Amino acid sequence: MELLVKNGFVYDPINDVNGEKMDIAIRDGKIVEKVDENGARIVDASGMVVMPGGVDIHCHIAGSEVNTGRLLRPEDHFRDFERKTSNTRSGVGRSIPSTFTTGYRYARMGYTTIMNPSMPPLEAKHTHEELNDTPMVDKATYPLLGDWWFVLEYLKDGKVEECARYVAWMMTTTKGYAIKIVNPGGLEAWGSGRNVSSIDDHVPYFGITPREIVRGLCKVNKLLNLPHTIHVHTNNLGKPGNYLTALDTMKCVEDLASEDNPAIHITHCQFSAFKGSDWRTVESGAEEIAKYVNNHSHVTLDMGQVIFTDTTTMTADGPFQYNLYELTGNKWVNHDVETETSSGIVPFHYRRKSYVHAIQWSIGLELALLTKDSWKIFMTTDHPNGGPFTSYPRIIAWLMSRKAREATLKRINPRARSKSLLPSIDRELDLDEIAIVTRAGQAKALGLREKGHLGIGADADVAIYDINPETTDPSKKYKTVRRAFRKAACTIKGGKIVAKNGEILKHVEGATMWLDVQVSDPVEITNEMKRRFREYWTVEYENYPVTENYLEVFHPITVKADV
Amino acid sequence: MIDLHPLRKFRVPIIAECISPDIFQGKNRKEIEGLKIWEGNKQKRLRELFKVEENRKEQQQEETTITIHGDVSKVRRVGAYMTHGELSINGNVGMHVGEEMKGGKITVHGNVGGWAGSAMKGGTIEIHGNVSHYLAAPYRGSSKGMHGGRIIVYGNVGNEAGAYMRKGLIKIYGDAGQFAGLRMHSGTIYIQKDCEARVGASMTGGKIIMGGFVESVLPTFTIESIKEKVKIEENEIVKGPLYLFLGDLTENGKGRLFVSREKNPQLSNYERLL
Repeated sequence: MELLVKNGFVYDPINDVNGEKMDIAIRDGKIVEKVDENGARIVDASGMVVMPGGVDIHCHIAGSEVNTGRLLRPEDHFRDFERKTSNTRSGVGRSIPSTFTTGYRYARMGYTTIMNPSMPPLEAKHTHEELNDTPMVDKATYPLLGDWWFVLEYLKDGKVEECARYVAWMMTTTKGYAIKIVNPGGLEAWGSGRNVSSIDDHVPYFGITPREIVRGLCKVNKLLNLPHTIHVHTNNLGKPGNYLTALDTMKCVEDLASEDNPAIHITHCQFSAFKGSDWRTVESGAEEIAKYVNNHSHVTLDMGQVIFTDTTTMTADGPFQYNLYELTGNKWVNHDVETETSSGIVPFHYRRKSYVHAIQWSIGLELALLTKDSWKIFMTTDHPNGGPFTSYPRIIAWLMSRKAREATLKRINPRARSKSLLPSIDRELDLDEIAIVTRAGQAKALGLREKGHLGIGADADVAIYDINPETTDPSKKYKTVRRAFRKAACTIKGGKIVAKNGEILKHVEGATMWLDVQVSDPVEITNEMKRRFREYWTVEYENYPVTENYLEVFHPITVKADV
Repeated sequence: MIDLHPLRKFRVPIIAECISPDIFQGKNRKEIEGLKIWEGNKQKRLRELFKVEENRKEQQQEETTITIHGDVSKVRRVGAYMTHGELSINGNVGMHVGEEMKGGKITVHGNVGGWAGSAMKGGTIEIHGNVSHYLAAPYRGSSKGMHGGRIIVYGNVGNEAGAYMRKGLIKIYGDAGQFAGLRMHSGTIYIQKDCEARVGASMTGGKIIMGGFVESVLPTFTIESIKEKVKIEENEIVKGPLYLFLGDLTENGKGRLFVSREKNPQLSNYERLL
């Protein structure tokens, strides 16, 4: 099947195309040089913006904690539901939509690749079952390895190569994509009711520090040549004064970076950028973080922007979620996942009039605007922690328009307004930079060579938005921008037109990407290993791995490791 | 003034959000008859289920008044989200009457199903019959209960009346089921007659006044004093003596329970603690 997207203003930052009027030719799900104009189906994009399909680096859309969140919140489903149509299935949910609805809503916004972070390896089968049921998008998931006992044991003994072999084994066994580290050491400490308060605190029993875990796994990441960096949720997340911890975490891997390649990704950085000693004096630490990131090339960030709405927070950070429960008194779930991690869920309402929430809103945008290089910061809400992913168009409007920011600033808590740096920031991102923070930068950081751009050989994932950059000034007409990004005029996934003006035309299955890490001396499943399984886990080894036939559509990416 | 007569005995649930003064306002009979309504899984028009009669006595009527004559116990969400006007029902009515209403008045001369006045924000509901469970309680899982307004019930109510209540007044001139005022935050509940166990479980604020026999007071409430009288609202006072309990201590709550001393001799042991 051939397709020709004609006359659009193409924004393809990876290939240095910035708003040029050109055609995009598609054949058999790939972008090609050209197709026969008479035989191909023509998609008229004249007067519209053409971008690569959106890539989301961090959104909790599948897995046991997401599903528990769904069970916890019937009131979230009550108001927002979608009826089935001839192409789509029915579904419910606002902040935690059911799997099919998640896929449809992403496709409507022009997103085609999404990454599900924080999969406890023990729950890998559940996560992949839900990912199988998330249509319209390609996806991958990151196993949580920062508090896995095997990792802690080997890093404690300084056996980095041994650790790398086990991480490689785990990556292939759970069909994961990157190393996710959540509150390194803290989750293990939470198992005995404690937490770590800095990156040099000792983890009980293991006698290892978060610094050693982060550095160790960073080395492992490098030894294994994984496409993405380590994906870190810092210690002390959501506590006033934690921007210092975030800076320490970035600094601790400074010497491990090679050339200009990033070595660490600090995820939902907004939650790690609080200055001040308590909730009354909390302020933005965005300036300090942005300054550090501007001067160093080994860090990438994502925003974790807060939206003023009712949402559900869910992380693997059990102690943080417990604190949040104490703060709100809301219903909550907290869980310890055997030898691997913990998790927690608390519904949360971000209010405009709350000082802390308004400061949080401001921090996210400050981070994005003060970081000069757009390739280093990506747009996320840490769905659903900061807000549902369906509010991305609002963030785009805030980033592109000072006027939009001012309109919201007027309505937030007055004390937060006076402390916010936003009134002093004039920067407005243009469409090219939006293409970087929503797709190109994320694809590059993830090491996805065939995503996030429209060069020849790339996957034919294209999003067309109804804005004319020649006649519309996004900084003034921010509502037009918001409307355009809410409903893509056309979404093309794998060379097929799947959505048009917010309507799903075709139900397609996306592939699950996973890393096939090839090490020279793979981990052998010895009796000793099985003994450890019996001792550490409640499942037998035989029930643990996710086999390939478990994934409905899969796309293994082979990685050659140095060990 | 619009009268609605059910055309037959309904057998499957009907979702009738459209029966509300806000929606009827400014519409003529034809338009009202054409409103969409769900009967089971089939979408129908109002005229297929109800006979609509219009009798405008005065030419210029400010408030829309709707009267339903007959048993509509299968019809749900009558008067949901209404903000003004009057709605009266001469017969039994189904679940979710006046759900999230903001203003106006609903009068029911009959029995009412569950979740009457669910999460309402303002207005008045008067019920001259019995009410099922979850009076004024929010939807399952939600903690945003009644935010204002008044509910007056002349009959008995089921379990969990006024759960998650935040503001407003509920007066019950009959008996109440278990867990009245569950997780209540603020506001007032008055129960004139008897009350089953676990009143005010997990409440953090507000007051519940019980004029009749109370099956038991939770052990997480402590006795504070004996009061001679307590005010329900302007011009309405309950004379005592009444025991005053504070709780629920499991939630560090400061809710107040007023229990009639005369009707509850089994609580006299508490007096030793005063």
